[in-house]
Amino acid sequence: MSVMTLEKTIIRARDVSVYYGEKRAVSNIHMDIERNSVTAFIGPSGCGKSTLLRSMNRMNDLVPSCRVTGSIEVDGTDINSADVNIEGLRQVIGMVFQRANPFFKSIYENIAFAPRFHGLTDKRKLDEVVEESLRKAALWDEVKDRLRESALSLSGGQQQRLCIARAIAMQPTILLLDEPASALDPISTMKIEELVMSLKEEYTIVIVTHNLHQAARISDKTAFFLMGELIEYNDTSKLFTTPENEKTEAYISGRFG
Amino acid sequence: MRAKIMDRAATVILTLIAVLIIGTLVGLLGFILTQGWHKLNLDFLTSPPDIVKAGGGIGPQLFNSLYLLVLTMVIALPLGLGAGIYMAEYAPDNKFTQFIRMSIEVLSSLPSIVVGLFGLLVFVNMTGWGYTLFSGALALTVFNLPLLVRVTEDAIRNVPRSQKEASLALGITKWRTIVSVILPAALPGILTGTILASGRVFGEAAALLFTAGMSSPDLDFSQFSLSGPTSPLNPFRPAETLAVHIWKVNSEGLAPDARDVADGAAAVLIIAVLLFNLSARWFGAWIYKKMTSGAN
Repeated sequence: MSVMTLEKTIIRARDVSVYYGEKRAVSNIHMDIERNSVTAFIGPSGCGKSTLLRSMNRMNDLVPSCRVTGSIEVDGTDINSADVNIEGLRQVIGMVFQRANPFFKSIYENIAFAPRFHGLTDKRKLDEVVEESLRKAALWDEVKDRLRESALSLSGGQQQRLCIARAIAMQPTILLLDEPASALDPISTMKIEELVMSLKEEYTIVIVTHNLHQAARISDKTAFFLMGELIEYNDTSKLFTTPENEKTEAYISGRFG
Repeated sequence: MRAKIMDRAATVILTLIAVLIIGTLVGLLGFILTQGWHKLNLDFLTSPPDIVKAGGGIGPQLFNSLYLLVLTMVIALPLGLGAGIYMAEYAPDNKFTQFIRMSIEVLSSLPSIVVGLFGLLVFVNMTGWGYTLFSGALALTVFNLPLLVRVTEDAIRNVPRSQKEASLALGITKWRTIVSVILPAALPGILTGTILASGRVFGEAAALLFTAGMSSPDLDFSQFSLSGPTSPLNPFRPAETLAVHIWKVNSEGLAPDARDVADGAAAVLIIAVLLFNLSARWFGAWIYKKMTSGAN
């Protein structure tokens, strides 16, 4: 696929609903997510924003009772169709979770594990990938002398940046971040935010966050969810200054949620 | 005030219970070791037993116990690991799985003498092998499988779910996730269970009386064939283990020093289990380090 043919829209959700058993967690979402931008999902707990995010790389497959209807297209491919290679899909769409979850392995091995599994066995190239990923995640200078140490020896903020580096090492086009800074202190949070903004040059980023200021600071577009529905989806500057929906206004001005 | 008194009382009672348990354990170990200490020399450990005269050793029995342990684990570990992985990661939550789980629990509460008699029926008579090491190993596999399955399943379930998610989200297949992410993290738990099972194998007598038998051929330790009748490594020969030997010498020993031999053998048994536990723990820590920070 040449650069010329790339559409502006990279993720296209049409009539997407997600059910846990009988309960509908996400209802009839229509949404286009733009390439190389940061899109923030906001809304109160239980509004379905994480559920929708986890449908985008099919992590919901892990929940036996979960069912997704409608279509989610990534670069024109319906990710829920039967012939989609799920491992390949997850290489294109990286994910970072709420709690940093480094493998119980060395710092080096945390990054190198997946590229090696996907066929990169040349030691020198692996070293390069590890260094490049750690540099992009702004972690290289802090860990370059201790790559063989356990990743669990890192601080919480460092661990989360390691998880971002680990996702980047797969050279994905999309990064899904599920409240990546909610368990971190303010300084670590700031580092993650700077990182997200620097990464959007190369990746499309979708970030779920509880922190409205964070959404306002780092995102280009913001989607507000309530009770599983997409209430408003607009440019971040518009949504936070002149929201079209009164529920959005009530939420961002702190009247509920 | 009442809560405070209860709190103090609980501390005192629990401490007493702990002291009681440790005291019993130390007393028992100390008794066995002091009783058998004087027998611990190379001659006793390597020479064959003597039925009527004093001065017999436990060489073949010691070897049999170790060899049986290896044989049993070679059979039981892959089965236990496989079943444990299946139960933790693959088994759907349905009636069939519940039935398997119930069977495992029933199996784990079988008395070892029952397992031994079952072994006599199936692994000795029906197979036509007679009393053999291999029959003994199979009986001990039946005896220890429930423990191994249970421990493996629990250890895998105790690995944080986020580890699995992290791996799957990187496009790693389920099987590779289990092998490279979940099993290394579960290893300390699995290893503890394996040590427990090994201790049970090493000290087991009742399940072996009618499967591996109560006698050993005159072993020729210069032989390494897997089939000769006097070859130590032949799994299809009868083999009296250390624990069985202790029982036999105590109950029907004819040698004048039978009591001494039993004491010495008991001390050897205890020391072997202790050594085995310690080295397994060390080995486990080493493997864990290797697997979690190594390049491969």
